[in-house]
Amino acid sequence: MAKRDAIEVEGTVIEPLPNTMFAVELENGHRVLAHISGKLRMNFIRILPGDRVRVELSPYDLTRGRITYRLK
Amino acid sequence: MVTRKSRAEIDKMRRAGRIVAEVLALIEEALKPGVSTADLDRKAEAHIRRAGAIPSFKGYPGINPRTPFPASVCISIDDEIVHGIPGERTIRTGQIVSVDAGAILDGWHGDSARTFFIGEPPAAIGDLIATTRDAMLAGIAAAVPGGHIEDISGAVEDVARPRGYGIIRQFVGHGIGTSMHEEPQVPNFRTGRPGRKLEPGLCLAIEPMLTMGRHEAKVMPDDWTVVTQDGSLAAHFEDTIAVTEHGPEVLTAL
Repeated sequence: MAKRDAIEVEGTVIEPLPNTMFAVELENGHRVLAHISGKLRMNFIRILPGDRVRVELSPYDLTRGRITYRLK
Repeated sequence: MVTRKSRAEIDKMRRAGRIVAEVLALIEEALKPGVSTADLDRKAEAHIRRAGAIPSFKGYPGINPRTPFPASVCISIDDEIVHGIPGERTIRTGQIVSVDAGAILDGWHGDSARTFFIGEPPAAIGDLIATTRDAMLAGIAAAVPGGHIEDISGAVEDVARPRGYGIIRQFVGHGIGTSMHEEPQVPNFRTGRPGRKLEPGLCLAIEPMLTMGRHEAKVMPDDWTVVTQDGSLAAHFEDTIAVTEHGPEVLTAL
């Protein structure tokens, strides 16, 4: 059975929110609420407004995502 | 999480895979004009349970938690790409039929699909089916230790793209083991990133889905059936494989 692709897109962090969540604006103009992947957190990768990030979107709820990478 | 399977675990997956291969052979045999897709599903489920296994698709959650997959196999006809639900409709001459099956034996999964034509296929459709199969085989051949997921994706793409077929992007191959869908994803097109390194013990379902038209797909209101947006015909081949020191081993074989 084929797996539904977990969509990965790039975006820009707009503002930090409580509980290490961030508002991220995607390349297609959509705004999503994204949390930070455990690996970024473990390595103390700091995410600041204006950073370009890679976001994994949930196929179930396209308004939420998970930041998996901070682009340079 | 990506897991690497031991030799003993791969052997267990091969036993589950063999049941899946038997189911597909059984359905190929029964795939005649006039048979209903629900009949085929019943035959498949009976065989899986007789072998002491569990049909992995039945009850599998999809995009809507209220509509888990209701059957043991997916039967996708003509412009349906994957995840067609078996029902009362009957098979007719001139259809292109994709059958996808999965079984769990002792907790380990096998997952495989084949596409058949009912009757003698016109050259163009015969080529679509043959190319989809070749793309899968090329992807399997690229699953060698030291490579990356991107090598598999590239090998599939290089067979499909030159012939002008649409490559489905919304659905991908996947890791497989104690769950049907594990990490990593195995796209059928280059993503521009290497992806995970291929190491012995990595088990993957490699499954190109090609169309005679464009690559866009949509899910029907039944929450499952995936069709081409442009109505073009589609084909789907899938095998579960293990990456080993000696190269790829197909686990869904008779």
